[in-house]
This record gives sequence, structure tokens and C-alpha cells, in this order.
Amino acid sequence: MFNRDRWSEILQVLTTNWFRTVLTAFGVFWGIFILIILLAAGKGLENGIRADFGDIATNTMFMWTQSVTKAYKGLPKERTFNFKVDDVDAIWRNIPDLRFVSPRNQSGGFRGASNVVRGLKTGAFSIYGDYPEIIKQQPMDITSGRFINHADIQQKRKVAVIGTDVRKSLYENDEEVLGSYIKINGVNFMIIGTYHKGNADGDSNAQKEIYTPFTTFSQVFNRADNVGWMAITAVDGTPITQIKERIFSLLKERHTIHPEDLRAIGHFDLFEQFSRVVRLFGALEFIAYFVGVLVLLSGIIGVSNIMLIVVKERTKEIGIRRALGEGPWSIKKQVLMESIFLTIISGMAGIVLGALSIYGINYILEMNGPVDMFVNPNVNLGVVVVALIILIISGLLAGFIPANSAIRVRPIEALRAE
Amino acid sequence: MIEIKNLHKSYKMGSNALHVLKGIDFSVKEGELVAIMGSSGSGKSTLLNIIGMLDTLDEGSYTLDGVPIKDLNETKAANYRNKFLGFVFQSFNLINYKNAMENVALPLYYQKVGRKERQEKAMKYLEQVGLKEWATHLPSELSGGQKQRVAIARAMAAEPKVLLADEPTGALDSTTSYEVMDLIQKINDEGNTILVVTHEEDIAHMCKRIVHLKDGVIVEDKKVKQVRAKNYV
Repeated sequence: MFNRDRWSEILQVLTTNWFRTVLTAFGVFWGIFILIILLAAGKGLENGIRADFGDIATNTMFMWTQSVTKAYKGLPKERTFNFKVDDVDAIWRNIPDLRFVSPRNQSGGFRGASNVVRGLKTGAFSIYGDYPEIIKQQPMDITSGRFINHADIQQKRKVAVIGTDVRKSLYENDEEVLGSYIKINGVNFMIIGTYHKGNADGDSNAQKEIYTPFTTFSQVFNRADNVGWMAITAVDGTPITQIKERIFSLLKERHTIHPEDLRAIGHFDLFEQFSRVVRLFGALEFIAYFVGVLVLLSGIIGVSNIMLIVVKERTKEIGIRRALGEGPWSIKKQVLMESIFLTIISGMAGIVLGALSIYGINYILEMNGPVDMFVNPNVNLGVVVVALIILIISGLLAGFIPANSAIRVRPIEALRAE
Repeated sequence: MIEIKNLHKSYKMGSNALHVLKGIDFSVKEGELVAIMGSSGSGKSTLLNIIGMLDTLDEGSYTLDGVPIKDLNETKAANYRNKFLGFVFQSFNLINYKNAMENVALPLYYQKVGRKERQEKAMKYLEQVGLKEWATHLPSELSGGQKQRVAIARAMAAEPKVLLADEPTGALDSTTSYEVMDLIQKINDEGNTILVVTHEEDIAHMCKRIVHLKDGVIVEDKKVKQVRAKNYV
């Protein structure tokens, strides 16, 4: 294969008719270029959507109570009920494979009136009563101080962690935040930390939240032992979608709800949504490969076609070579190598131009700031390797028929050809 | 060197079979210079092609240098051609994008001779045909006689047992023809066996033996007194 004479001959043959070689190469070049660009675009979209999910624990569901729709055990329908703090313990006891069960309470936010006061400044923010684990389910960066801890929960400390935007509206730029007090719905809380949610582009309310210990929140805002909603995360490898029905059954039993009442407990299954998106990316990748490979195929057919013509043109030469004693395998190898060489060279050019285009797109994206749902389009090395393998195989296929036709001609007939 | 017994060959032309060679018995000893003569259609080229293993025989036997030539697959035939035979064609059949030296070196390449040795040998044979200075020229830059001399050098480069020349002077004017025949005679003088297919009487008489073919059979096989081509150059 690494034979100087063979290679010089391949180059001689391919450069004899420059224009034709370039036109032929263009088919393969274009095919692989389209393949790379499609794959990169798919990846860009995927990166964009994944960035929206951020590092949220995706194996999570949120659930809340709605009104009961079936009468059961003498209780009427359209009754409302609340999750209780005891439910959390019951879930822990009865359902295996759970990672976090975070009861939450909330007030304000979403068109709420001004509920927070500091000196002369006021603002309307979402107030949460939370357990420390929530930071692992909905990650945020603590930019100063600390997040709520279990001591806060146990001692029902009146402390709060505020978002960047809360700080902006209640404080001057150079003011010390930690240790100062704000008044939430008439109750003073000491600020122990500030946070910033990293992956919240598009959600302007993400930085306008105030987190307080769950127990403190319940007591000062009179929630008794009620729980507004829960965020439940299962361990990795056990999809929450598989165990959520058991959680619902348990809670229905505890709250005397008809087992077939599907609407009593509302929920949002993040894992299911996420899996759907992941499947979508799988489909996108498939389409990219499908279209790219088909375009590539038409390029390959072009190469095969030209190789047939080249073989036809060289019928006489092949006859001479065989008269001089070149074996049929050597001739076959020569045609195959020409075909593979042409395919790989043009394919590499396609890969290089594709990579440059992606680089250019990334550069433009960087210059113009982030675009919604499209981040860092790229193809990884694996894809390039796959593309190369496709190229070698297709070069072989493209050369196969011409190579066979080259050795099928008997030398005597080849010599007679004029 | 060459032993042919009862050779038959026919070609299918649609539904008809054209019986070209009808039982040829023919042998050539080492060092002979044989002219095969005959009008077109007499089967002389077919005979040469079969001797050259470019074509297969239908019936009969063919032995070359003690090796029975039969049931050849293409790989084996190519190998035998390379080892045993050198070809010279009417239309020269040089490879037009390779220079004279590369053309001469080609059979050596198929013998897997190393690059350097190949070039040295090719230059040696080019020198023998008097074209050393033209080694780097492409065939398109050579005259007809020069092309045929390159072709002869190429045929000799593999040091074959038999040199087969199919109308070697057919495309050349008479002066150049005699130059080429002079070269062939010199090669024969060194002890090489040569078969020349021709339909020109004067060329045939520059060989040592003339075989006449007519309608697929040998009608005459006689030794002649060789006319040296050098006298006419």
C-alpha cells in the first residue's frame, strides 16, 4: 500500500484530467460537508435545550394537591385537601430508591403584591419555605454567605437567602447584605446568603426568589403542618416515572381518596419531559445521518461513474500492462486505491470545511451573544471517525464495480481496442 | 522452446463458429528467429496470441520451455507472461504518461524488482537500443522508430525466454523498419528466441525460418538464408 510507484501512478491518473477529478470530488465533498453541518446543527440545538434544563436533577417530579373528583368512603367529591408534613416521612418509609423528598411552601410571586420591605424600599418576590436538599434538586450558585441548613430548620431560625435581583432592588450596590434584615409579610428575616441561578436564561423570575427554612415559613405564615407541594428525586438508574404511581397510591390512601381518582394529585414529571427531549435528539441525529449519507451516496455514485469511465479509457493501457505481466489483483487494487484516495481526499476537504464553518458559526454566536435554544454547535471526534469509516467503505464500494470491469476485459480484447 | 501439437481455435460469431486454427503442429528451438507469414485472416495473429497466453486454445497442447501451458487462471497467466515472454506490438503500445525509462522498467516492477535496480536495468536496455539520451522523454516526444525501440527494450527488460513481435514494422517506413529489424537480429544473435508475425516478404527474409499460414493451417515451413538488415540501413 505504501508503494511509491503505485502512489505516483494514482496521482498521475487523477491529475491527467484535473477538471473532471475536481467535479467528481465535489460530490463526495458536498455529501460529507452536509453530514457534518447537519450533525453539528443537531448538536447545537441539543446543547441549547440541555442548557435550559441546566444541571437540574432531571430524575425529579413535582406534585401538588388538587380537588378530589370522586366521592369515596362517605367523603364528597370536589373536596380539597393538603399534603401534610407526616406524608414526607411516610414516603421515605414506604418507597425505596428515593434520593430527595423536599416539601415546599410558597407565597407571593406570580403577580403577587409587594410583600418584602427594607427601609424605604419594597418589592414583590416569591417566598419559599424549603429544606436544604432543594439546592441539589434545583442547583444555584451561592454567591455569598451560605444556604439554609438543618440547624436553621430545627431551630426555626428566621433567616433568608435572596436572589441577585432581590439584592439589587432592596440594597445599594456597596451595601453589606449578610446580617442585615428584611421584612417579609411583616416578619423580620436575617439575610444569610445570596444566590444566582446560572442557567436561567429566559426566566426573569429566577433571580427574584427568597428562600427561608421550611419550619420557620410554616410557623410565621401560619401554614400549620400543611405542605404546598413536593419535589421528589429518585436515585439515578431508577426513573421517577416508574415509582411515581406508588407514591400517589400511598398518598391517596393516607388522605382517603378513591384509588382511581386520577385528578386529585397534580404532578409534573421532569424525567418524562426530559426523556422525550432526549428521544427527539435521537431522532434528529438519525435524520442528520439519513440525509447526510444519502447526499454522500450520490457523490459516491459519481465517483463510481467516473472510475468506470477512467477504466474504459484505460482499457488499452490495462491490456498492455497485463501483456507485460501485471496480475489482475494488482490492477484491481490500483483502481480501488484510486477510488478510495479520491473519496478520502475530497471527504477530508469536506470535513475540514465543515469544521471551519462550525468554527465560524460559533464565532458569530459568541460575538452576538447567546441565541435561545442554540448553543455551541459541534461534532465530536467520534463523528469524524465515523465519517472517515463511511468514506473508506464508500470509496471501496465506488471502486468495486469499475475494478471488476477492469479485470473482466481479456487482455487480447483490450489490446485490440482503439 | 515452443512445442505446439494439433492446435485448434475457433471464435463464436453469433450463431456461427469461425474455425480460425485447424490443427497446427509447430515447434521452435532455442535461438531461432522465425517469421510467421500469411494474409489477413490466415490465423497468424491468433497463433501468436495463443503462444503469448493472451488467448486460450480450444484443443491441442502447448508447452513452453518444458512447462505445459493449460488451465491458466489470469493470475498465473500474467505471471508466466511476465517471466517467459516479451511482447512487441505493431502500434508500440507504450504507456503514454510514463517516460521511456519508466516504460522499460514496467515489467521489472511486476517482477517486484527494487526501484533502484529497476532503473539501472531499464537504462542498460535503453542504452542497448541506443536511446539512453531519450530516457526521460514521453512516448509522444519520440518518433515511430524510437517508440518501437523503446518497446523492444521493454520486452527485453524482463529477460524473457521468447520475444513475440506482432507486425513490429507494420507502422514504420522501410528505413526505420530495417533499423528495427537490425535490432531484432542483434538480439537474436545473442541467443534469444524470437517470433515475428509479418506479411512483408522482405522483413520475413530477414529471419532464419519462414512459416506460411493459410486458412488456419501451415502450408509451408522453410529455412531461409538470412538477409542482414544492416546492409540496408
